[in-house]
Amino acid sequence: MVQQLGHLPMGWLMLALLAMMASGAFFVGRVQAERFSAAGSGRFHSRPNYHGYYVAMWTVVPALVMAMAYGLLGDDIVRALLRRELPASFSAMPPIELSVYLDSISRAASQGGFSGSDRIFSAITNRFLELQGVIKTVTIGLTTLCAGSGFLLARRRVAPGFRARNKVEGGMEAFLFLCAAVAIATTVGIVASLLYESLRFFAQVPIWDFLLGTRWNAQTSAEFGALPLFFGTFMIALIAMLIAAPVGLFAAIYLSEYAGPRVRGSVKPILEVLAGIPTVVYGFFALLVVAPTIRTIAVWINMTLINAGVTSEPFLAAQPTSALAAGLVMGIMVIPFVSSLSDDVINAVPQTLRDAAYAMGATKSETVKHVVLPAALPGIIASLLLAVSRAIGETMIVVMAAGQRARISADPTADLTTITVQIVALLTGETEFDSPKTLSAFALGLVLFVITLIFNLIALRVVQKYREKYD
Amino acid sequence: MESTVTSAPPATSPGTQANEPERLTFPRIECRDINVFYGDKQAIFDISLPIPDRSVTALIGPSGCGKSTFLRCLNRMNDTIESCRVEGQIIMDGENINDAAIDPVLLRSRVGMVFQKPNPFPKSIYDNISYGPRIHGLAASREDLDGMVEKSLRRAGLWEEVKDRLTAPANSLSGGQQQRLCIARAIAVQPEVILMDEPCSALDPVATARIEELIDELRKRYCIVIVTHSMQQAARVSQRTAFFHLGILVEMGETDQIFTNPRERRTEDYITGRFG
Ligand SMILES: Nc1ncnc2c1ncn2[C@@H]1O[C@H](COP(=O)(O)OP(=O)(O)OP(=O)(O)O)[C@@H](O)[C@H]1O
Ligand SMILES: [Mg+2]
Repeated sequence: MVQQLGHLPMGWLMLALLAMMASGAFFVGRVQAERFSAAGSGRFHSRPNYHGYYVAMWTVVPALVMAMAYGLLGDDIVRALLRRELPASFSAMPPIELSVYLDSISRAASQGGFSGSDRIFSAITNRFLELQGVIKTVTIGLTTLCAGSGFLLARRRVAPGFRARNKVEGGMEAFLFLCAAVAIATTVGIVASLLYESLRFFAQVPIWDFLLGTRWNAQTSAEFGALPLFFGTFMIALIAMLIAAPVGLFAAIYLSEYAGPRVRGSVKPILEVLAGIPTVVYGFFALLVVAPTIRTIAVWINMTLINAGVTSEPFLAAQPTSALAAGLVMGIMVIPFVSSLSDDVINAVPQTLRDAAYAMGATKSETVKHVVLPAALPGIIASLLLAVSRAIGETMIVVMAAGQRARISADPTADLTTITVQIVALLTGETEFDSPKTLSAFALGLVLFVITLIFNLIALRVVQKYREKYD
Repeated sequence: MESTVTSAPPATSPGTQANEPERLTFPRIECRDINVFYGDKQAIFDISLPIPDRSVTALIGPSGCGKSTFLRCLNRMNDTIESCRVEGQIIMDGENINDAAIDPVLLRSRVGMVFQKPNPFPKSIYDNISYGPRIHGLAASREDLDGMVEKSLRRAGLWEEVKDRLTAPANSLSGGQQQRLCIARAIAVQPEVILMDEPCSALDPVATARIEELIDELRKRYCIVIVTHSMQQAARVSQRTAFFHLGILVEMGETDQIFTNPRERRTEDYITGRFG
């Protein structure tokens, strides 16, 4: 009997049970409160529904905690119990082998038992199922107990003076806090692991060699000077911003100050579509269209210069992938970030300021130049900073169109590599993550994180300051 | 600019206005059959209103009756509203300002405006005042500009309070000071007419009193039109009052007469607080 229980899908069973209990408890609580108030026993502090919620809350939450504990620990407990019962020969096994063996047992058990020729294995699987059944029974018992006692205790408190609404609100707040805490905890966890792995890397490679070294050759020889990567990253981000800042800004000014509602209504969505294009599409656009074009132009410039006798060697590198190609396309990619954020801040400039300028006889362009833009400037700067941090963290376009060669070169037609490209290159195809080569990816990730964090923080501060001014 | 009227100085209190109608035969602004539409909705119906020079004309009426809309006709600020259409003639100095040939930018340098909420530019006090003279090229030199700034601030009664901190941001002033700054900013362009749309509604009684004093002072040089919700204010600062209701000009006349002896029942109901 207990063994049969081991086969039951626990999760759905529990959920169905809890849902039933919750609705039951809700109705009991509500009906009870209604009955009280119908009997005219004083004014209720909270409406009957809240009493219902309150009872349901106390019925379900402790039970849910039990069920979740089972979900997290159930298997481990079964295993621990099983391990204690195993024959003596097993205790001689190395721990890793034992756990692999137990893994196969639990796999067999989850498929409904083992009916092969290995009798020991079959017996252990059956015992596993039995133990699982016991644990499930215990869990169901405990869960029911929690639900029952929670229900009874909560029901006893239903009374006119009882502040059920406040309790329910409090419970709701706790739940929301938990959700927020999950997000924060995840972030903290990621940063912590980044930091931890980076520290392991810096134990092997001195941090200054990493930050200031000019030779990067992580794949073949152990050279971890990341300066060329930083250079490449900033060079490409710079090219991108040279495109995106003016185009995005002017587009935003046009849209918010000049365009009529019809133009605005059609251009804004198009810009937003631009933001929705997957970066890999930009990437192959850069690789297949832009990079060859740039190369052709660079070759032509080289030829012209040589023919004109200005130089005797090619002036530009004219590589098939280039910083310029990646930067240009990335610039196009971040235009919508700049334009839509700037558009928002320009729109946030109070209309009364524009009215003031117009009423003094300022023309439209004077108003924009002298009043609207200065007022929106902090927000515009913030939008540019966010775009920069977006450009620095962008991966797909540079992986496809910037190249792999780590070097410091101001020639935009040369191929460069960036932090993100190298992280991808270092980690693809790896299974072991403790050689300096793979650890260096974490260090690069940390640097990237710190840089974008700084940009975002500055942007955030600026925007906050700006808000204060108009509130 | 100030040479046109050299005869009798304007009356200083509503009680001594015997010569008012005579001056009205030469109104500064003459509005004829003004109709204003927001899209299909008509907000103002056939309003004709003469506005005398060197005196204060108050526009009163319940909320939504079209006071602001009418006021904004006088410097063509309604042009900045997409859906707004103005019909009729507004004659100022012999020209119809609604004429297509009139450049609203030039017009607005002659007709200044002060708004309900103080709206200084987020610049320094000095830059706020000097902005108008700069864009209109009124100042020949830096000293000239300094002089204009000081004169405007003095006329707006703000000079003593800010002369030591002209470079401070205008937003650091109090609400009442900011509103006086806005008045100074409007004066700095050397307008002939000043429009004020509820200039005191965001201010406390003390600041309001200062602005009212200032308006009384400015009346000696400018043609002022003020929108107000306060009957007392209209009675205190204006010489003529026009009562609007539902986009129609119900009654206009000497402030004295409107408040003590209105011809129309609706006017009386409104000023005695029976509706609106
Ligand atoms: N921008 C606009 N678009 C459409 N309708 C408008 C607009 N501005 C005003 N109106 C309408 O025109 C009418 C007159 O408005 P207006 O602002 O002139 O009233 P008001 O007398 O100044 O009111 P208040 O005393 O509340 O300021 C109102 O019915 C209003 O709804
Ligand atoms: Mg108004």
